[in-house]
Amino acid sequence: MVPGLAYFLLFQYGALFGSAIAFKEYVPFDGVWGSPWIGFENFQRMFGNAEFWDAVVNTLVISVLQLVFYFPVPLALALLLHSLTWSTVRRFVQSVAYLPHFISWVIVVALFQQMLGDTGLMNSFLGDAGLSTVDVIGNPDAFKPLVVAQVIWKDAGWGTIIFLAALTQVDEQLLEASAIDGAGPWRRFWHVTLPAIRPVVILLLIMRLGEILSVGFEQMLLQRDAVGPEAAEIIDTFVYYQGVVGGDYGFATAAGLFKGLMGALLVYAANKVAHRLGESGVYK
Amino acid sequence: MSTQVRPSWMEKPKPLTQAAKAVALIVVVLIVCVPFLVIVSTSLASQREVVENGGWVLWPTEPTLQAYRDIFEGGIVTHALGVSVGVTVIGTLLSLACTVTLAYALCRPGVFGGKPFLILILFTFLFPPGMIPSFLLVKELGLLDSYASLILPVLVNVFNLVVLRGFFQGIPEELYEAARLDGASDLRVLWTIVLPLSKAALAVIGLFYAVTYWNSWFYASLFLESDHWPLQQVLRTYVISGAGLTDTTTGEGTVNAPQTIQMAILVIAVVPILLVYPFLQKYFTKGVLTGAIKS
Repeated sequence: MVPGLAYFLLFQYGALFGSAIAFKEYVPFDGVWGSPWIGFENFQRMFGNAEFWDAVVNTLVISVLQLVFYFPVPLALALLLHSLTWSTVRRFVQSVAYLPHFISWVIVVALFQQMLGDTGLMNSFLGDAGLSTVDVIGNPDAFKPLVVAQVIWKDAGWGTIIFLAALTQVDEQLLEASAIDGAGPWRRFWHVTLPAIRPVVILLLIMRLGEILSVGFEQMLLQRDAVGPEAAEIIDTFVYYQGVVGGDYGFATAAGLFKGLMGALLVYAANKVAHRLGESGVYK
Repeated sequence: MSTQVRPSWMEKPKPLTQAAKAVALIVVVLIVCVPFLVIVSTSLASQREVVENGGWVLWPTEPTLQAYRDIFEGGIVTHALGVSVGVTVIGTLLSLACTVTLAYALCRPGVFGGKPFLILILFTFLFPPGMIPSFLLVKELGLLDSYASLILPVLVNVFNLVVLRGFFQGIPEELYEAARLDGASDLRVLWTIVLPLSKAALAVIGLFYAVTYWNSWFYASLFLESDHWPLQQVLRTYVISGAGLTDTTTGEGTVNAPQTIQMAILVIAVVPILLVYPFLQKYFTKGVLTGAIKS
């Protein structure tokens, strides 16, 4: 157990205590520990920084868009898959749909460029059909829908797993009884299936709300150059550009620490709400 | 197995419903598969055909392996492939070893400080250290531009650890006690009893680590100089950002159409995932993962 524990102490807690740099002015020569303390100056600069707030707004907007447009997709797909009675077809579609989850963001972004870029598949078809082409890649206005589409492509299939597990728990006898009593497919869905899976749906929704400050960092960083920071800067990329690129380590750490604290509080609160609703939550 | 089971009480769906479902399923399958088909086809097409068709090909009329030959002649991509394979293999083995021993120690009663350690570890899941402190730590440890910087900072994944610990806890207590009575040491119990019983869980977690290492891009871009790049970072630079590839891919000499080579690099990065995918799949049907996600 020693190597594993050493990892946590060094790389997790070592770095966690290294967050002290948020309260310091980083001097490369003095290192993290030798740099002078400056109190909350970095945080004051952060709260007065317009770009930081733009990044916060972008993060929240993308999160909300994902909540509205991504969240229902795995549920719908799971219902569709669950309704299939032909198990060969179901298993085949499941296999295909889970696959993109295992593809790296670098490849997903490259694939989307190939499909939707100005010389890509979609625009060639539009061009051949005599329609005007659509500028999707590298267009700041189209960026947020594009990001949501990428998340749907990559993770909607994988997201069905938990809903499919919940659907197998639906009481078969209850379905049969209501069918005998004359309830059609829609009424059975509405009065039996939906109430049975509602706890899982609510739990996932709450957990997602707890992570509202986190949107795909690699996904955004890979595409930020193409559309510019106005459209693509999120809190995590802000931290990256201020710190790693700009060298303003203390300031960037302050922004990261702010996000980390807010995120932990939100997850904690979401968990509390889940408990209040009688769910088990993530942490006991 | 082709089985079609509809409970006797369920009515046969209307033709219209069935048609709608069929269309939806076909759309889902196409949306996932067409991009892969396009990159494979384009990588196999000749430069002329790709240019004539405006940058991509759905089905090559005169397939050629020229792009792959160019790539494997040596140079950046061959080297990057070696780096990716090396980091993935060594990283997965190290991660598995550390995760297994730590998970085992955390699930045995009586290990000194077991519970506080567990809380300490779970806390990092709720409140992970930020990017900049991690970066500075790697820098101060002198790991910049070393392959260790791709492995050590992500050595143990808390989620995998918790899953494995849960799995170990599911092993009947009697087995541990019997081994104890026979005088077996902790390590011996782990090696001869626990691990053979946990093959499925180890396979899943090992594959997850492997996929993570293979796909890892950000740390490479953060820590490594260009002559140490793994495949994902090469892809990012030459395919996404479209940096000039002509002179650098093969070191020197003539180069095929950049587009076909770009697609060939993409294919090479995807193929290992496709190869391990059936194995991954075999195990998530066993419910290891569903159980894990629920917990």
